[in-house]
Parts: sequence; structure tokens; C-alpha cells
Amino acid sequence: MSVTTLSSPVLAQRQANWLVRLFDYKPFLIVMCLAPAIGLLAVFLTYPLGLGIWLAFTDTTIGQKGIFVGLDNFQYLLSDPLWWNAVFYSVVYTGIATFGKFALGFWLALLLNNHFPFKSLLRAIILLPWIVPTVLSALAFWWIYDPQFSIISYLLVDVLHWRTSNIDFLGSPWPARFSLIAANIWRGIPFVAISLLAGLQTISPSLYEAAMLDGASAWQRFRYITFPMMMPILAIVMTFSIIFTFTDFQLVYAITRGGPGNSTHLLATLAFQRGIAGGELGEGAAIAVSMIPFLVFATLFSYFGLARRKWQQGEAND
Amino acid sequence: MTDAVAPASSVADAKAAPETMAWDSGLRRLMMIYLPLGCFVLILLFPFYWMAITSFKPNAELMNYKEHNPFWISSPTLAHVKHLLFDTAYPRWLWTTMMVAIGATTLSLVASTLAAYAIERLRFRGSPYVGLGIYLAYLVPPSILFIPLATVVVQFGLFDSPLALILVYPTFLVPFCTWLLIGYFKSIPYELEECALVDGATRLQILRRITLPLAVPGLISAGIFSFTLSWNEFIYALAFIQSGANKTVPVAILTELVTGDVYQWGALMAGSLLGSLPVAIFYSLFVDYYVSSLTGAVKE
Repeated sequence: MSVTTLSSPVLAQRQANWLVRLFDYKPFLIVMCLAPAIGLLAVFLTYPLGLGIWLAFTDTTIGQKGIFVGLDNFQYLLSDPLWWNAVFYSVVYTGIATFGKFALGFWLALLLNNHFPFKSLLRAIILLPWIVPTVLSALAFWWIYDPQFSIISYLLVDVLHWRTSNIDFLGSPWPARFSLIAANIWRGIPFVAISLLAGLQTISPSLYEAAMLDGASAWQRFRYITFPMMMPILAIVMTFSIIFTFTDFQLVYAITRGGPGNSTHLLATLAFQRGIAGGELGEGAAIAVSMIPFLVFATLFSYFGLARRKWQQGEAND
Repeated sequence: MTDAVAPASSVADAKAAPETMAWDSGLRRLMMIYLPLGCFVLILLFPFYWMAITSFKPNAELMNYKEHNPFWISSPTLAHVKHLLFDTAYPRWLWTTMMVAIGATTLSLVASTLAAYAIERLRFRGSPYVGLGIYLAYLVPPSILFIPLATVVVQFGLFDSPLALILVYPTFLVPFCTWLLIGYFKSIPYELEECALVDGATRLQILRRITLPLAVPGLISAGIFSFTLSWNEFIYALAFIQSGANKTVPVAILTELVTGDVYQWGALMAGSLLGSLPVAIFYSLFVDYYVSSLTGAVKE
């Protein structure tokens, strides 16, 4: 890398050399490489995050700059039954859907961890619900939940004769809530199953052999080998799953839009309804910000609750 | 018998204890593995089957379960697809979605390749913290950001423009791609770069001639992942785009095709099917990359 080109007379070449050397200067190169990513994230993520928290303390509406109103927005929310309703349903939705996704997803992962023909094809097919745009599969669920022409009602009433009347899936609060949770579980199973399958495949078979030699039953092998070995990956997948289930928007917006009678509003859909559709940006931002404590709590809980003990590689418990 | 101690033996599999007879373990396998697996596949795929079959059913059959078996089509029709392609702006929406997805993917790939290279290979003081910061950005869900982002987009004069989506989507694509690529760069032996350095190559030449060609599988994984995520994105597209012509497929189907009290289920399902096909085809071409990136990112 010595400067051998000093003798070269062409100015352009010297300029090019100067540029080449600048780009080979490590600090400059580091800044140049990080600039696009950090710039994008700063302008469209960090700044809006701060702006959102600021907006939550103002009475901004669309087209009108707001003034600082302190905790007024939050005080209003605390006295607003609709907000409490959304908090309640967000917690119920996240709790039941996460439990369902992980119970069924873990089961599916265990099933997929066996040897059988067409395994990779099956694995590919199973991921489909996760690949397809959520809104579009939500529309399919909307049609499946149709009050008159629901295929599930048809099966139960006309084929199996278990019921005499159609199920009103989305017409009243609790059935609507559970219908949405079912759709969310359906969509979440593939991700959980495929991630956990990757974790299962890293467990050394010699552990199972040793356990079998010691006479451990199938349940004991699951309880004392599979489950503890899966803890770290379970913690990560569950953290992600809880965050994105709690802040879910698409499914509810596509299927019920918060109805009937605002009973299925999640915090995100309520924030959209107030903030964008209703134009009350400040109040919408306050609803969005009110999700943050729940998210932090859920993240800490799932991450430290599950990953607390380092079972792997015989590391000491802390 | 060898099954029970095969590498991937799991609980259900291992239940067929070595001393059971062949027919017993076969039946057991059927009940413990194939039957539940069949149920899973049936339930996971049924909505797509229902979507597809509804798209090609004439309206008379859609609303009449007494005379027609709802699980089959007696006289398939392309009327819904034709209505969608010629009477609505559907081709336009598809085109917009495609452009937005390609634009956002390209932008995020460039930004995250450079960032991952700087963090993993140019090692500087504090590079782990930059990596952690980018990772934390992934944990910020769009539902918290869309309201302030809407005001930012208006400030930049990008409201109602697909360009806004191309610029905003990298906020959730860059963190993911960066982490995926850091993992890939880690797997490339550092000695290769050292050799090139000794031979007098510049850092950028190393990145272009050595690191990037070796990281192609990672780039493909990150690319298809970004493409599907941008194709599926909903909340930003709903909040930032107003005019019917600039909408992306998921938003347009929900806001433009759902009209009145009587839903055109045939057209709605045909739209959903057509909107899902590009990602499904894309996915089927690169399925192995997809699975490996999904699992790799989680393990990271």
C-alpha cells in the first residue's frame, strides 16, 4: 500500500487515489458503513418514538399543532371505560393466544422432529399461514366466520347435526373475542413450531440415549431433557411472540374493527381509531404509549422468567 | 427399532420402545404422529383451500349450501377474477405493492449489509453496543410508532406517496437483516480477508470481492424475508396512504373492495388469493433459505 503512484501525471488518477485512500481509512469507512442504517433508524424510529411520547402529553389534532397539557390525556384514559376494555382484551388476547400458540406449536415441533417421508415438503407447507399477508388470511377467516354461510356452522349443523342453529361468531362480544384469538393462534403456530423445531434439532441425541439406559420414561425424558434444553430458545421466541401479539392490529382491524360494541378493541386498534381515523393525534399517541409499560413488563417477565436459569452446558445456576 | 435411538428421536417417536412388536409400533406411530400431524396440516391449510374454492365459485353456489356441496365447485367460474382485474384498480395495487416491496428490500439490504460489515468486520470500540442498539430497534412494534410517524411523513411532504412506505419499512427490516448478516459474516473465515489485506486490497475491495460473494446465501435469505415482510405490511400502509390508486394490495382489498352491507365474497377471496400468490410463489422458490433465516435469526 505504499504510495507508488506519485509519479503518475494524470490528475484524475491522483484524485481517485485520494478517494481510495479515504475509503480505506478505517474510522471514515466505519462512519460511512453505519450511516445509512443508523440514519434510517434515527429518523424513522428513534425520532418518532420520542415524538410519540411528546405527542402523548399534548392535545395535538390533525392539522393543528397542540400545546403541552401534562397528564391530561392519561387521566382521561384512566376514566375511559373503552380504554380499560381495550387493556382487558389486550391482556386476555395475548395470554390465551400465546398459551395456545406455544402449546400447539411445541406439539407440532415435536411431531415434525420425527422421521417420515416428505418431511421438508411438510415443513414448507406448514409455514404458509405465516407467509401469506395476515390481512388476506384474516379476510378468509372473516368469511369462515360469516353468520349465515359459515362453513363451520354448516359442518356442525347440517353435516354433524350437533347444533340446531348457526353459530353467531362475530355478532356478540365473547364469541367474537374467541374467534379472533383462534385466528391469531392459527397464524402464530407455524412460527413457533419452526423456531422450536430448530431448537429441538440442536439437542444432542446422546442425552436421550443416556436417559433411556437409565430407564427414564418418555415423559421423564421430555420433562428433564427436552424442556430444560429448550428453555433459552423458548424465552426468546416467547418474548417476540408476546410483543407482537399484544400490539397486534391487522387481525382485529380486518375481521371486526373493534366491534361488536367496541368489545374487541385492542390497544393498537383503539389508538388507530382515535388517532388516525378520529384525528385526535395526542390521545391516540397516549394510547400507544400506554402499551409500553405492558410490553416492558411482559418482555422482562418472559425473558428473565424463562431464561433465568442457564441449564445448558452445565453452567451454574444464578 | 433403530428409530428409537436415531439422531432426531423425540418423545413421541421414542415411545415406541425397542422391545415392542413391529405392528404395535406401526399403529402407535400412526396414532401418535401421523394422525395429529394430519389434523394440523388440515387446519393450517383449510383457510387457503376455502379462499381458493370461493374465488372460483359462482355467486349462486356461494350462497346455497342446500343444493351444492360447499366443499366443491360444480361449475367453476372466472367471473370474480375478471371483475377484479378489469373493473377495479387491482393491477395498479399489485404494481404499487411490488414496487414498494422491491424498493424497501433493496434499501434495507444495502443499509444492513454495510452496517453488518462495519459491526462484525471493521470491529471498533463500541461495535457490540451498536449491534445491540440495532437489535433493540427490532423490539419496537409498529403499533406504537404509526401515529408519530404519520406526522413525520406529513412533515416530509410524503403523505399519500408510496415513497413514504419505502423509507419507513426499513425500520423493521434493517434490524432483522443486520442481525441475520452479522451471523453470516461471522461464519466466513477471517483469514481470507487477512490474506487479501496482505495482498494490498482495500477494505471496499475486500467487501465486494471476498465477503459479499461468500455471504450470498445470507443476502438471499435477508432479501426474501424483507420482500415478504414488506408485502405483508399493513398498519403503515393503512395510515400513510389515502388515495385509492396508491394503496397496497392488503390495504386496498380491505378498504376498497369491502363496500356496502352485502360483501362480494367471491371477489374478496379472489383478491386475497391473487395477493397471496406472489409471496407464496416467491417463498416456494427459496423455501430452504427462508427456513434457515427464520431459525438462524432466532438462534442468534
